[in-house]
Order: sequence, then C-alpha cells, then structure tokens
Amino acid sequence: MASPENFFSNAGRQTSPLRLLRNRVLTFLCVSLSLLTLVPLFSIVVLVVKNGLSLVSPSLFTQLPPAPGLEGGGFGNALVGTVVMVGISLLLAIPLGILSAIYINEYAPASRLSGAVRVVAKLLTGIPSIICGVFAFAVVVLPTHQFSSLAGGVALSILILPTILLTGEQALLGVPKAFREASFGVGATHFQTIWRIVLPQALPAMMTGIMLAVGRAAGETAPVIFTALFSQNWISSVMQPSASLSVLIYNFASLPYAYHVKMAWAASLVLVTLVTVTNVLTQIVFRKKYS
Amino acid sequence: MTSEENQPSSRTLELTDDFVPGESNFIKVDDFKFYYGEKRVLHGITLEIPSRKVTAFIGPSGCGKSTLLRNFNRMNELIPGIRHEGDITIHGTSIFDPSVEIIALRRRIGMVFQKSNPFPMSIYENIVYPLRITGERNKALFDETVERCLRSAALWDEVKDRLHDSALGLSGGQMQRLCIARAVASRPEILLMDEPCSALDPIATAKVEELIMELKKDFTIVIVTHNMQQASRVSDLTAFFYLGNLIEMGDTRSIFTNPAKKQTEEYITGRFG
Repeated sequence: MASPENFFSNAGRQTSPLRLLRNRVLTFLCVSLSLLTLVPLFSIVVLVVKNGLSLVSPSLFTQLPPAPGLEGGGFGNALVGTVVMVGISLLLAIPLGILSAIYINEYAPASRLSGAVRVVAKLLTGIPSIICGVFAFAVVVLPTHQFSSLAGGVALSILILPTILLTGEQALLGVPKAFREASFGVGATHFQTIWRIVLPQALPAMMTGIMLAVGRAAGETAPVIFTALFSQNWISSVMQPSASLSVLIYNFASLPYAYHVKMAWAASLVLVTLVTVTNVLTQIVFRKKYS
Repeated sequence: MTSEENQPSSRTLELTDDFVPGESNFIKVDDFKFYYGEKRVLHGITLEIPSRKVTAFIGPSGCGKSTLLRNFNRMNELIPGIRHEGDITIHGTSIFDPSVEIIALRRRIGMVFQKSNPFPMSIYENIVYPLRITGERNKALFDETVERCLRSAALWDEVKDRLHDSALGLSGGQMQRLCIARAVASRPEILLMDEPCSALDPIATAKVEELIMELKKDFTIVIVTHNMQQASRVSDLTAFFYLGNLIEMGDTRSIFTNPAKKQTEEYITGRFG
C-alpha cells in the first residue's frame, strides 16, 4: 500500500512536464482553429447581407431583370427558375436515391449489386459539377434541340443523387436493428417494417441529406449554364430555357453596370436565405416525434 | 378427436376452443442442425416442448440456446448465410413447410427480446401495431386489445392514464412488460423469451417472472436464461445446452436437484460457464 504522502506521485514518477505541455498546446490549437473556421463562414454572410440587403424589396421578387444599363426591376423569374429546377432534380433524385438506399441497406446489404451501387455512388460524389452539365446537355439538350429547365433539373439530379443515396443509407443504418426485429417478430412484412418502423425513424436524418442536396443544387452554376441557359422572361414551360439565381449571379456580377452587380449581391442574399429557411423549416417539420 | 385433429396441416395455430390445454409434444424439434455459413452451431437437437408450460433453455454463452429459440419463429432467417437440417414441428406441422407463411407463423409465436425494444411510438400504438399490419382499423377492437394486453402484462394500472405518451418514457421494466403486451396482441399461442430480464433490476425482474407464471395459463412459454435461479423459479421443464448439444432435458426440479449428467451438475452448481 502506498503511504498517503506519495499517493499522487504516480508510482514515484512525476507526470512529465512535456506531456502536460503537449496537452495544453493541442487544446489551444483545437479551440483556435475552430474559431478560425467560423471566419470565412461569418464573413460570407456579413458580406452578402451588407451588399445585398439595400436592394431587397417586394419588386425584386415580382419583376423581371432590367436590360443592361437600365435600373429597377427584379429577378422573380430566376427565383422561380431555381425553385423549379431544384424541384425537378428532387423529384428525380429522391425516389431513385431513397429507394436505392432502402435496397442496399434493407433488402440486400451484402449483394454484389449493392456493393456496385455503393462504389458508384461514392465515385459520383467526386464528379465535378460541370460534367453533370455536359452529360445532361448530351442526353437532354441535344436530342430535344432545346435548352430547358428540365435539362437543368436532370443535371442537378445527377449531381445530388449520390448525396441523397449515401446519406439515406447512413440514415437507415442509424435505425437500431432491435426495431426491425420487433416488427418482424409480430409478423410484419418486410415492406411494413420498412414503411411503418424504419422509414419514420430514418426520416429526420434523410431530410438532412436531402437539405444538403437542395443547398448544393440551388447554388450550382456550371450544370445549369450548360442546360437551362438563361432567360429574360418568366418560365412558361419546363421545355424552355430558364433563368436561375446562380446563373443570374454569374451573369450580372461580370457586367460593368453597378446596378447589376448590386442585383447579383441581392440574388446571393436571396439564395442563401432561401436555402437556410428551407433547411430550418424541414428540420422543424421532420423532427422526431418520439424520442 | 375431431377429424380436424387428424390432419394437423389444416389446423390453425390460433387459440381455438378445441385446443387441449396440457397437450404434450406441442413443439417438436427433430434432429435439428443449424449452420451459420460453414460453422455448425447446433448438432442435431431433438426435444419436445409441452403446451402451457414454461420451458427454460439454460447453458453457457454460445451453447446455441438462443439460436434454437430464434428458429421457432424463423427469426434467424434475417441473417444471411444460414441453413438448417432436420425439422421443427408445431402442432404437427413443419414450420419449414413451403405452405407455412412466415408472417402467419410469427403472428402465432410472440417474441420478447433481451433488450426491450418498444417502437418509438405511443404505448397505445405499440400494442395495436400487430393489428394494424393486418389491415385492421376497428377502433373499438384496438381499445379492447390495448386494455387486454396491458392487463395481461400487468401494466394497465401503471399506464392507463398515459396510453398516448411515448413508450420510450417508460422505465426499463415497464418497457419490457410493454413488449410482452405487444407480443400477446396478435393472440399467439407460444411466447418466446430471449433472456427477457437480463437488462432489468431485481424488482423489475421479479415482476416479469410473476407475469411469466401468470401467462403460462394461456401460453406455451420458452425462455432462454442465463440466470439459473430464474430457470428454477419460473420453469416447469429445463433443457441444458452445451456447445450446440442438448445435454439433458427434464422436469426442472429433477434437473436442479438430481441431474443425470455430470456436465449439467457442474453447470448448475457454478463450476463452469
């Protein structure tokens, strides 16, 4: 038994000062780098709000863009175009992504097809967005002889599909096996177990993945510029070229007119706000009912 | 004997009036071998489980008792790469017969798991789930089932005022009794319990054991337990498994007081396992 005097002496050895120092340095490093991470995020928000807020008015959302050199007007058509294209991309990517996620996690986790789907999805996440644009150009724009918001939606859906699929799989993996056993144990079918027990549990995490996808899709310029091009007018059909916020920002920011540059800032602000608001709303709507 | 009883395959496994309590040889396991991939974990088990009795499976970890239990309602089939040889019959019908619907089988065999697993829903919804999945929508039947099942799980008085609260707000012991209530909601004949008390404190355990004694009036119960005192307290018959073999099975009292095999004696006296 150690006597009381040397009880804290660590079996006769003092804790080395180097060890303590290293501990402090690492803690300091973690805290300061975390703070540093906030700087770019915070400055983007500040910059966008500072430059864009002055132009925000109801007419910004209801009117068409001004011709170069003129002032006034808005970008209602670009806002609608972005919503429509993101909508089309979700309409395509959610069923594909979620059903594939269900297949690879619930039905055949060990099958070769599942393995292939996983690998391809992971590879797809790394594909530059411009390639998605070129692809949609080749498979939609060329055959239809038409730039269109549909083509834009297709390009964006390819871009977000792997995100939705992989986060969907993670969401399903996060549902404890015990729930599935309980459901099978009382005689539920595979479909009932997935539909009534697993999906409701996985939904909040799935929605997080879908919201990540929405944020990405709404902000992408390259796939849209190749496919939906741009339009000065309101969207009349998904088979027509369409304006979008991201392409509007790209176009207007490079114009030599101060007013258009300001509009590009305002469009950035609207884009950031749109994505944030959808995100928060989804979190509220799809939060877990019982926990 | 009605002509129906001579044709076991046409007989339903539901609680019916012609069901004879105490009828022996209710579940028959015949030279049953079970494999996970290439590894054989059950080496030809043969035993018979009588109805409306509590049969305990005991033995050290890895002896195959849970594996056998999970074959009775074919829960093992959720695991890829399994196969079996031999047969298990209930009421004379092989559970592996192609005509047996696995869904129907599991409705007739309730299961209670080691870790209580109520659904993240209300207490009420947990119990009506087995009904809902059959397409049932009758609210009166739901209400009646909830009360019947919660009463038979000795939980009614504790939760009757908060049936629509989350089941996850219950205590560990209450959750396990809720799972028992859910397991009896589809009116099964058999209750499988896979170490139902291993995560419970002694008071909750005592309640569940009391419940088991009560439930055996209506159900054939098979319980896997690591707790020898529990086996001796609640069961009528005990089967001792070791390394995938059934070493000995018999009347619980005689197994515990006068085991025929040396291995059984060593296990129940705590010399190994």
